[in-house]
Amino acid sequence: MKKVYCKPESMTDIEHKYCPGCGHGLVHRLVAEVIDELGVRERTIGIAPVGCAVFAYDYWNFDVTEAPHGRPPAVATGIKRVLPDRIVFTYQGDGDLAAIGMAETVHAANRGENITVIFINNAIYGMTTGQMAPTTLLGMKTTTTPFGRDKNLAGYPIKVCELLATLAGTAYLERCAVNNVKNIINTKKAIKKAFEMQKENKGYSLIEVLSQCPPNWGLSLKESLKFVQEDMTKQFPLGVIKDIYA
Amino acid sequence: MREELIVAGFGGQGVMFTGTLLAQAAMLEGKFVTFFPAYGAEVRGGTANASVIISDEEIGSPLVSAPDTLIILNQPSLDRFHRKLKKEGQLVVNSTLVQPEALKNIVQGVSQVPASEIAEQLGNIRVANMVALGTYLKIKPVVKLSSVNEALATLLTGKKAGLQEINKKAIKAGYEFSK
Amino acid sequence: MKKLMKGNEALGEGAIKAGCAAYFGYPITPQNELTEYMSKRMLEEKRVFLQSESELAAINMVLGASAAGVKAMTSSSSPGISLKQEGLSYMAGCELPALIVNVQRGGPGLGNIAGSQADYFQATKGGGHGDYHLIVLAPSSVQEMFEMPAQAFALAEKYRNPVMILADGVVGQILEPMEEVKVDSTYHGDRSWVLDGCQGRAPRKIRSLLMEEGALEEHNIKLQKKYKVIKEQEQRCQKQNTEKADIILVAYGTSARVCYSAMLAARKKGLSVGLLRPLTLWPFPVKAIAELTGTAKAFLTVEMSAGQMVEDVKLAVNGRKPVHFYGRAGGGMPTEEEILKEIEKI
Repeated sequence: MKKVYCKPESMTDIEHKYCPGCGHGLVHRLVAEVIDELGVRERTIGIAPVGCAVFAYDYWNFDVTEAPHGRPPAVATGIKRVLPDRIVFTYQGDGDLAAIGMAETVHAANRGENITVIFINNAIYGMTTGQMAPTTLLGMKTTTTPFGRDKNLAGYPIKVCELLATLAGTAYLERCAVNNVKNIINTKKAIKKAFEMQKENKGYSLIEVLSQCPPNWGLSLKESLKFVQEDMTKQFPLGVIKDIYA
Repeated sequence: MREELIVAGFGGQGVMFTGTLLAQAAMLEGKFVTFFPAYGAEVRGGTANASVIISDEEIGSPLVSAPDTLIILNQPSLDRFHRKLKKEGQLVVNSTLVQPEALKNIVQGVSQVPASEIAEQLGNIRVANMVALGTYLKIKPVVKLSSVNEALATLLTGKKAGLQEINKKAIKAGYEFSK
Repeated sequence: MKKLMKGNEALGEGAIKAGCAAYFGYPITPQNELTEYMSKRMLEEKRVFLQSESELAAINMVLGASAAGVKAMTSSSSPGISLKQEGLSYMAGCELPALIVNVQRGGPGLGNIAGSQADYFQATKGGGHGDYHLIVLAPSSVQEMFEMPAQAFALAEKYRNPVMILADGVVGQILEPMEEVKVDSTYHGDRSWVLDGCQGRAPRKIRSLLMEEGALEEHNIKLQKKYKVIKEQEQRCQKQNTEKADIILVAYGTSARVCYSAMLAARKKGLSVGLLRPLTLWPFPVKAIAELTGTAKAFLTVEMSAGQMVEDVKLAVNGRKPVHFYGRAGGGMPTEEEILKEIEKI
């Protein structure tokens, strides 16, 4: 019998601890499929963040290190500079990447480190149970913006791709989503392109993935998928934000 | 033998070079030596200074609190350091840039050399430090002139090799000035 | 042949000769010459140099390079070392070897740029969060600035633990004749944990997060066992005239040099004074000090701080003899005369 679907070799058998409806598991799998398809599992080193994806090293079947909160780009820089022929990527949430680790993010991007960054933007802090993220939409209620995010109190949601697009060091920036099949397929394409670029020494790439967090948003899965489609993409439009090779 | 000295002047007068040169020469003679520069923001917009200790024995503290000798290249340095000089200490002053009345109340041995003037006559005002060093070495031969010349050859290399001659001349001029 | 070299630069050259493959740092006085030296020499040697955007980034780049299995280092001065504490705690937890250099300056806060020894507690007692120790070495001359990086890397690799060289602004800035002696550049210890891609082996994970019940406690027990071995085997110090001396001066780094001068002056006056200089601050040379409590009548600890190492001296002496202290904080330097006065008071 012909096998048409199976677990990627780059995934372990360990059961995910993610909440029902969470987008992390989907993106973990997309990353694993891409690594398998490119045949680079045995020379890949991943960097797991602090946040919901902190256990990512358990789920991936290749070398992975943890990093202090926000520091994955610095850790990735250290690894890639001493092992330039390995495939090095970070997997970070919005708090890790765009709040506590913004300096590391900007400078790794600006140096044009030949790494891949997978950025999960769900507009909230999931691991710590629902506080405001730098990407929380205006008016959105979180446990630290109980009256909705007020620009006068907490500023505006940060558009990471657009911000990094201004830096000469970035090569490829695309924003995707995993709220429907079409978007999931497109996310995989983008991730694959980013890893291929690293393989070809084409420089820094970041794939921002709008992801749903039903429990902390206080929405059902169906409502969450709709929220991504209707609210988040308004603030964070999907598409290629920058591609210097296009 | 143990000699503790402080060299001080404006930034750009070659204070650090003077101290390094002396330290290099002392090392070539197999002596124990330490050179401790003032550093960082401390040397900006004011006086630069460096402490040198030359000794026949191992040197403990590299800091000089009461120098045997002061080589002073400008007025503010004199104001800042002269009180630290040991009672029987030696002061070498660039008299081109230091007012004579400033030396009135200084009781220690004072040797005045118009270092900047002599340097200018030699064709490069920047070697005033070397003139003062020459004067000092005549009064206190802590290292041989030949060692200093050898040290110059070690420190001034590449693009700067051409400067060895003028530095040697300046040291000699300062040495001969003090008679 | 001897060479006149600045302490900071000698340390850089010593690290290169010890096989340092990657340097990451951020400018701060009084250690800038080290970063500048590495920016030139590391590239000449075709190794990795990177001026990071912050001390936080630098220590985490070291974390990455160390995880990838190379000798990696960073350097900074006190305020910058405070920023590195997060990374150090992670590296101690993940058991990653590396060299961290602190050319100490006056504190607290931005303080000043004068040499100081006020980071002793931070260096020897953990510094960051959690139950851990760095191995801490204390150089007092340009020669030791050159030789200690090799010792530091060897210890770091042997015990899979970050090692700090705790220098100060004075020993960083002075120029002294030094000899480029041959130093060890081999990689010590096993490498079965290195992340370099899982070709032909099972994937490896480096982590300090241990959420399973009892796992973190077990990990801590393992770490404490390792620290115990280090304490038993790696205490190092230099003793001068300590046999039968009535008064033992205890000092490290630059203050030990001032003490050396004070000891000579005191002995000229007929006072029976010796000097014990810890070369390792952690593990602290407890055994050597304890041994001297039999013959010595008193101890005098001298520091460029308000009194930090003196606590460890007291623990080592354990009440058997009086322990005195003299120190100056905020970038102040004890002088030979001041120490002599303190000796005469005892």
